[in-house]
Amino acid sequence: MRLAQLRDHERELYYFQLRIGFAGAAVLVAFALLFARFFYLQVVQHGAYVSKAEDNRISVVPVAPNRGLILDRNGVVLARNYSAYTLEVFPAKVRNLERTVAEVAQLIEVQPKDRSRLRKLLAETRNAESLPIRTRLSDEEVARFAANRYRFPGVDIKARLFRQYPLGESASHVLGHIGRISTRDREKLEELGVEANYRGTDFIGKAGIEASYQHELHGMAGVEQVEIDAGGRGLRTLARTPAQPGNNITLTLDIRLQQLVERLFGERRGALVALEPRSGAVLAFVSRPGFDPNLFVDGIDPANWEALNNSPDRPLNNRAIAGLYPPGSTFKPYMALAALELGKRTPRSVIHDPGYFVFGERRFRDSKPGGHGTVDLYKSIVVSSDTFYYQLANDLGINAIAGFMQHFGFGARTGIDLEGEATGVLPSPEWKMARFRRPEQQKWYAGETISIGIGQGYNAYTPAQMALAVATLANLGAMYRPHLVSHIDDQRSGARRAIEPVLVRQLPLRTENLEFVRRAMAGVNREGTGARVFAGAQYTSAGKTGTAQVIGLKQNEKYDERRVSERLRDHSLFIAFAPVENPRIALAVLVENGGFGARTAAPIARAVLDYYLLGRLPAALDKPPSSEEPENEEGD
Amino acid sequence: MELTRVSLRGIAARLGDGVDGTLLTLALLLAALGLLTLFSASYDQPGRVTGQLANLAVALGAMWVAARIPPQALLRFAPPVYVFGVLLLLGVALFGDVVNGARRWLHIGVTRFQPSEMMKLALPLMLAWYFHRNEAGLRTRDFAVGVLLLALPVVLIARQPDLGTAVLVAAAGFYVIFFAGVGWKLLVGLGVLGLIGLAPLWGLLHDYQRKRILTLLDPTQDPLGAGYHIIQSTIAVGSGGITGKGWLHGTQTHLEFIPERHTDFIFAVFSEEFGLLGNCLLLVLYALLIGRGLMIAANAASFFSRLLAGSIALMFFTYVFVNMGMVSGILPVVGVPLPFVSYGGTALATLFVGLGILMSIHRHRKLVQT
Repeated sequence: MRLAQLRDHERELYYFQLRIGFAGAAVLVAFALLFARFFYLQVVQHGAYVSKAEDNRISVVPVAPNRGLILDRNGVVLARNYSAYTLEVFPAKVRNLERTVAEVAQLIEVQPKDRSRLRKLLAETRNAESLPIRTRLSDEEVARFAANRYRFPGVDIKARLFRQYPLGESASHVLGHIGRISTRDREKLEELGVEANYRGTDFIGKAGIEASYQHELHGMAGVEQVEIDAGGRGLRTLARTPAQPGNNITLTLDIRLQQLVERLFGERRGALVALEPRSGAVLAFVSRPGFDPNLFVDGIDPANWEALNNSPDRPLNNRAIAGLYPPGSTFKPYMALAALELGKRTPRSVIHDPGYFVFGERRFRDSKPGGHGTVDLYKSIVVSSDTFYYQLANDLGINAIAGFMQHFGFGARTGIDLEGEATGVLPSPEWKMARFRRPEQQKWYAGETISIGIGQGYNAYTPAQMALAVATLANLGAMYRPHLVSHIDDQRSGARRAIEPVLVRQLPLRTENLEFVRRAMAGVNREGTGARVFAGAQYTSAGKTGTAQVIGLKQNEKYDERRVSERLRDHSLFIAFAPVENPRIALAVLVENGGFGARTAAPIARAVLDYYLLGRLPAALDKPPSSEEPENEEGD
Repeated sequence: MELTRVSLRGIAARLGDGVDGTLLTLALLLAALGLLTLFSASYDQPGRVTGQLANLAVALGAMWVAARIPPQALLRFAPPVYVFGVLLLLGVALFGDVVNGARRWLHIGVTRFQPSEMMKLALPLMLAWYFHRNEAGLRTRDFAVGVLLLALPVVLIARQPDLGTAVLVAAAGFYVIFFAGVGWKLLVGLGVLGLIGLAPLWGLLHDYQRKRILTLLDPTQDPLGAGYHIIQSTIAVGSGGITGKGWLHGTQTHLEFIPERHTDFIFAVFSEEFGLLGNCLLLVLYALLIGRGLMIAANAASFFSRLLAGSIALMFFTYVFVNMGMVSGILPVVGVPLPFVSYGGTALATLFVGLGILMSIHRHRKLVQT
C-alpha cells in the first residue's frame, strides 16, 4: 500500500516534471517568437523605422519671408513691417477651444473682438492652422503666458511680422491692404503653382498695390528643420535655409502731393488722378473718402467692417478706377477735335446760340439762359456752349462719336497696375444692343445722341480714364499706359528694375487740330470758365470745367441747387494740363456733388499744378473752401 | 532547524537565510536595468528613480518576509486569502474609486489599494490548495471546480475593467490547472471553451478595449488615437537597431513620443536605447529567472508547492511575453508591466513576494524528500 502510494507519487512527479519541461520549452518558443519580432523590427525594418523616427523628430517648418516695403517716389515709407508677439492656437491640437480660450483669458486679456475674429477665422479655415487668439502682446503678457505655457498644449506664442501703414488713410486706395489668406486665395495660388512658396505665410495682398504686386512683395519662403516633441513644440533648429525678403516697390506717387490733394478734398467725396503725360507715371491718385488700411492687418473686426462697408460714402470704393461718372463738359474738347478731324467743323465755323437746341419735339437747353450768341469752335470750349455741342453731336452721329472717342481710351480699362478697374460706358448702338434686353430699349434713338455731345446721357467713365484722355491730348496723341510703380528693388540681387513707359498707341491726329484744341483749353484758364481760379498763375495751363448731372431734369424744369438734396447735386469736374507748350502734368478731378466744375474741382487742380510746377503749397489750405460764386458760373 | 544558536555571525547568516542567491541576483540585475532605463525615461521627473528605489526597498522587505513563510503556512492561509480577495473585489465593484474610467481602487484608511493585484498570487494559492487537497485522484469534476474558482475573480477583474490584470490572473490560474495534470483532451476542451467564452467577453469589453484589439490588426487606422501607442513604440523599437541609440539618446523617448514610458511602455525606451543586443540580454535574464523558478517547482516538496512554484514561474513569463508583445506590436495593448523593470510599487511588491514564495518553496524542498 505504502509502496504503491510511493510509486504513484513517483509517477505523478514524473508527469509533473514532464509538464515543467513542456512549459520550459513553451517559454523558449515564445521567447524565440519575441526575438524573431525584435529581429524583424530592429534589423530587417530598421532603416524604415529610423526614417520614421526622424520624421517624428524633425519637422520641416516653412519660414515666411519678410514682405517688401512700399515707398513713394522720394523714398518715404508707405508700408512697412514690424515684429510683434501673437498668441496662437492650433485648433486641431486643442480638445475644447472655447474652454482653452476662456482659460487663456484669465491670464491675458482677450477682448470680444479677438474672440469674434477667432470664430471668423475658424469658420474660414478648414485645415489645421495656427490662428491668433491675441495679437500684439506686451512683454509682460508674453512672460505671464510663458510661465503657464505647460497648461496650454496647442497654444503658443509666436513672433510675427505685421504690416503697418504709417500714414494711415493716406493713399489707402493706392496701397490697398493685406489680409489673411482665404480659401479662395489658396485656390488661386494653387492654380498659379506657387502655393509651396506661401507655406507659413498667413497674409496676402487683398487690394491696391499690395494685391497687384503681391508676387514681387512676397519674397521666397525659407525652410527650417526643427526638432519637435510629441506636442509639436519646436525644441531647436537643426538646419535652415533662410527666407528671401520680398522686393521693395517704389511708387511714382509723390506722397506730399497726394496728401495735399487729400487735404484739399477734406470731407468731400471724389477722386483725382494726375499723370505724367510722357510716361504714364501716376503722380497723384486720390479717392475720397479713404480708409485706414491698418484696420485690416490682423483681421478687421466686425464693427469696423460694418462701419466701412455700410457707410453711404462707400470709403472702400476706389472711385478713381471703379467710380463711373459722366464727364460733362470736359468731353467737349474731344468733341471739338472729332469735329475738326472728321471735317464737320472748321475753326471758322460759327453758330448762333439762342440758349437751346431743338430736336424734333424736344428742346435741349443750354446751361446759360439766352445762350452765348455767336459761337465759333474756340469760344464753344472757352465759354462751354452746350448748344454748339448739341448741334455738333447731331451732325456727327453716334457712330462717329463712339468711333473717335474710343481712341482716347473712353469706355476701356486704362491698364493701370491696380485690380478692380471698371470699364465704363462709351455709348454706341452696339453697346445699347448688348446692354438691354427688350427690343424697344435696344434701339438707339437719334435724340439720345444730342446729350452725348455735352458728356451726359449714357456716358460713364472713370476719373482714371478722363485723366488718361487729357494726358493723351496733352502729349499730342501719344498714349502711355498709366502706372503707379516707378521701380522695383530686387532684394536678392540688389538690382533695380525700372518700370518702362508703355506706349499704348499713337493717335494719328493732325497737329494743327491738336494745337487748336490745346489753345482753346488754354483759353479756358486764361479768359474762360477757369480764368478766375487760374488768375495769376506763373505758368501756362490748359483746362476744361465740367458739371455732371446726377438727376435728369424734366423738359422745362430749372436746376436749382438749393432745392436739391446734397447727394443729388451735380458733380464738379475739371481736366487740366500744364505747361501748355510742354506738358509735364495732366490731371482729372472729380468732386461728387461739388456743383459747378469751376467751383470745387478747378481749385484743387490749381493747387496741384502750383505744387507740382512751382513747389508751392496753397497759403489758405486749412480754410474752408470759398463759398463765393465764381464769375462764370452759368457758363460751366 | 539547526540554526537555533544566536551569535553575531549568526544574525547575518539568518538575515540571508531562506533567500535564494540566484533568484535574487537575477531579479536585482533586472531591477538595475530598469532603474537605468527609468533614469533615461524620466529625465523630466528625476523623482521617479528615487521613488522606484524606495519601492524596491519595500518589495525586498516583502520578499524577505515571504521567503520566511513555510509552504505549510501558505497552504493553511490559501482559502481565507482567496475569499478575502474575492470579497475585496466585490467591494471594489460596489464602492471602488473610479480612476481613468476604471473602477480598480479601494480606499483603506489613507491609502488606496488594488485588490486585483493580490489575486495574482491568491488565485494560484487557492487552486494549488484545492488540487493539493484532492491530490489522491483528480477527476474532471475537480478541474471544473478549479475553472469556477478561476473564473470568479477573473470576471470581476475584467469587469472593472482591467484586462491586463485579468489576463495575468487567468494565466496564473490556468498554469496551476495545467500543472495539476489536467488531461490533454480536457486541456483542448478547456481551450475551446475559453474561445467560446471569448465571444460573450467581447460584449463585456469597453469600447476602448475593443478598439485596442482592432487597432492591433491595423494600427494605421487610428494613428492619433488608439493606434498611436503601437505605432510610436514600434518605431522606438525598430529605430533602436542592433546596438541601440545609446543610453539617454533615444529620440522617441526624450521627445515624448512614447506614452507611458515609465510604466507599461518602458520596454520601448529600453529597446530604443539598447537595441537588439539589450533585448537579448533581457530575454536571457528572464529565461534564467523563469528556468530557475521551474527548477524549483520540479524539485518542490509537496504537490501544493510544486503547483504554486510552477505557476509563479510561468506568471513571470506571462508578464514578459504580454508586455514585450504589446510594445513590439504583436499583442493588443493591455496594462501589463515589464516585471522588475517598469515603474510602480504594487506590481514590484507582488513580483518580489512571488520570488519570496519561490525561495521558501526551494528552502523547504528537502524536508519531505522522498
